[in-house]
Amino acid sequence: MISFIGRSIVQKIITLFFVSIVSFLIIHLAPGEPSQVDPMNPKFTREMVERFRTEFHLDKPLYRQYLYFFRDLFSGKTISWKDNQPVFKKIWERFLNSLPLFIVGTILTWTISFPVGIRSAIFRGGIYDRSSTFFAYLLISIPGFFFAYILIIFVVNQFHVPVIGMETFGIGDTAWMNRAMDRIWHLLLPSLLGATGGIAVLSRYVRSQMLEVEGQDYVRTAKAKGLTPDQVHYKHALRNALLPFVTMFGLILPGLIGGSVIIESIFAWPGMGRMAYEAILARDYPIILTLNFVSAVLVLIGTFISDLLYLVVDPRIRL
Amino acid sequence: MADNKALLSVEELKVYFRSEDEVARAVDGVSFDVGREETVCLVGESGCGKTVTALSVMGLVPIPPGEIAGGKILFRAKNLLDFNDSDMQKVRGNQIAMIFQEPLTSLNPVFTIGDQIGEAIQIHQTATQSEVVERSQQLLKDVGIADPAQRLRDYPHQLSGGQRQRVMIAMALACDPDLVIADEPTTALDVTVQAQILRLLDTIQKMRSMSVLYITHDLGVVSKIADRICVMYAGIIAEQGNKDAVLKTPKHPYTQALLASLPNREKRGQRLYSIPGTVPNPAYKPDGCPFHPRCQHTIQNCSEQYPGMCDYGDGHHARCPVLFEGGKGNWCD
Repeated sequence: MISFIGRSIVQKIITLFFVSIVSFLIIHLAPGEPSQVDPMNPKFTREMVERFRTEFHLDKPLYRQYLYFFRDLFSGKTISWKDNQPVFKKIWERFLNSLPLFIVGTILTWTISFPVGIRSAIFRGGIYDRSSTFFAYLLISIPGFFFAYILIIFVVNQFHVPVIGMETFGIGDTAWMNRAMDRIWHLLLPSLLGATGGIAVLSRYVRSQMLEVEGQDYVRTAKAKGLTPDQVHYKHALRNALLPFVTMFGLILPGLIGGSVIIESIFAWPGMGRMAYEAILARDYPIILTLNFVSAVLVLIGTFISDLLYLVVDPRIRL
Repeated sequence: MADNKALLSVEELKVYFRSEDEVARAVDGVSFDVGREETVCLVGESGCGKTVTALSVMGLVPIPPGEIAGGKILFRAKNLLDFNDSDMQKVRGNQIAMIFQEPLTSLNPVFTIGDQIGEAIQIHQTATQSEVVERSQQLLKDVGIADPAQRLRDYPHQLSGGQRQRVMIAMALACDPDLVIADEPTTALDVTVQAQILRLLDTIQKMRSMSVLYITHDLGVVSKIADRICVMYAGIIAEQGNKDAVLKTPKHPYTQALLASLPNREKRGQRLYSIPGTVPNPAYKPDGCPFHPRCQHTIQNCSEQYPGMCDYGDGHHARCPVLFEGGKGNWCD
């Protein structure tokens, strides 16, 4: 067990090293240069560009740039090229904004998909199964941005509540209760929207897993023992159907960063996804690279967690 | 045949499986009895309806696509087909238990042996946790598993195939059932383990005075354990009777052909007999006697009229009027 953890950490550090090289190269090989983002701007004189290049080591060979970047990253001194703000501070602010969206979205996705998927597997072919299948495919097929606008129009017209941004402008002066309710209203729609696609896909996956397990011999054995249908479905079948989801659960962590670019853009939500998108447009390498590195770390942490969870839920796995 | 003393009495059972455009008549009018403390063997090729018959007794035929199209399953003189789900649940595992073919996949991989045996006890009986553990240990000891206290904490993958089948048997015995249905319990095991398991079943049956309905395609096993034999072919019972009567004086051409195809010492060096043709698709069975296209004794009538059961006395019946009293058998039941 201890040796597994040690081995796994060493492996993941090696992986991370290669990821850092590859992502660094890809971003630097992409067309466009940070110093030439806006060549029409009269302020960008030749001297300005030169100064920019020297200041951020863009005139140095790539491997030197790589070393400079990671030296700054690990000493915490990386700054954004756009506004000279420390990168970690910017990311942390955006992270705190993204976190509630991510948490509520994830909770909605997982708590709704499982009951829906399990029920349609148990009553397969019935009305419930057919209608949930229909809605799942409907939600998968509707483009997120389109569905978002429909929802916005509906909610604004019906309930007269604001939905854009994280809070209503100027609400800071009112009572605590009002502010809290305002935040919740703002949070509800984007997280619901972020969850719909996930619910549609995950519930289908739960259903097929559950169906597969229901056909297994040990489920028949459980029935032959005279167990109640609930015991058969929710103890013997479900416990086995859950195993693959442990892997998925570890992999939702990286969704914190890239998962909601579209939704954050539509709802003007100042989250991490939007920051990454804006940084890419501005060729703000430190931000892009740091976010990239953080999400690689999140992926590796996620896989590590799912390995450990597997150990807990599947007795056949010994490390 | 409706013997009131029989523990289980299946009468004219019909189980069909419907798909889009065809009906597979998996079990097509099967009748047999299992008396108290008796071992009855259902013998037949794969797909002849043995397992479906057993599953119908347990009420485990998947409906749909399955459908009980007719007949009765009398257990202690009560028709199990009239039972609702919760009544049937009280019968399953408690009065009728089943041992399945694949011990490797029939145990749930994520629960311990103790948990799986224990829940069989708890569902039908009121017992405290320590009583359940005690009884589970005793059961494992009964089925010949060493160090039961430790094994109860094991998961199925930690046991060998033979041990897993022993666990399955222990699980079936958990509530002291009157009837155990064993569906090819030794098919997945190697020959030495097979012999051990058969001996074990025999000992336990005598110890607990249970009845056993044993399903197999292996005539070698049948000759060891059976009191009575039912030979099934394409969803019907071709022949049934006491073991010696059926094995020594078979009266149905199918049974005769099966026995002729067994290897033995006298046939050493000769080509083994094989029955020409293949088992009919249960959705497209031939008219008349389902065996007639493969039979050596076929006459005109075989393809036209469904053959009746011919009585040879002492419970020995064969569904072949051609061979009965020089061909004077009646064609209807």
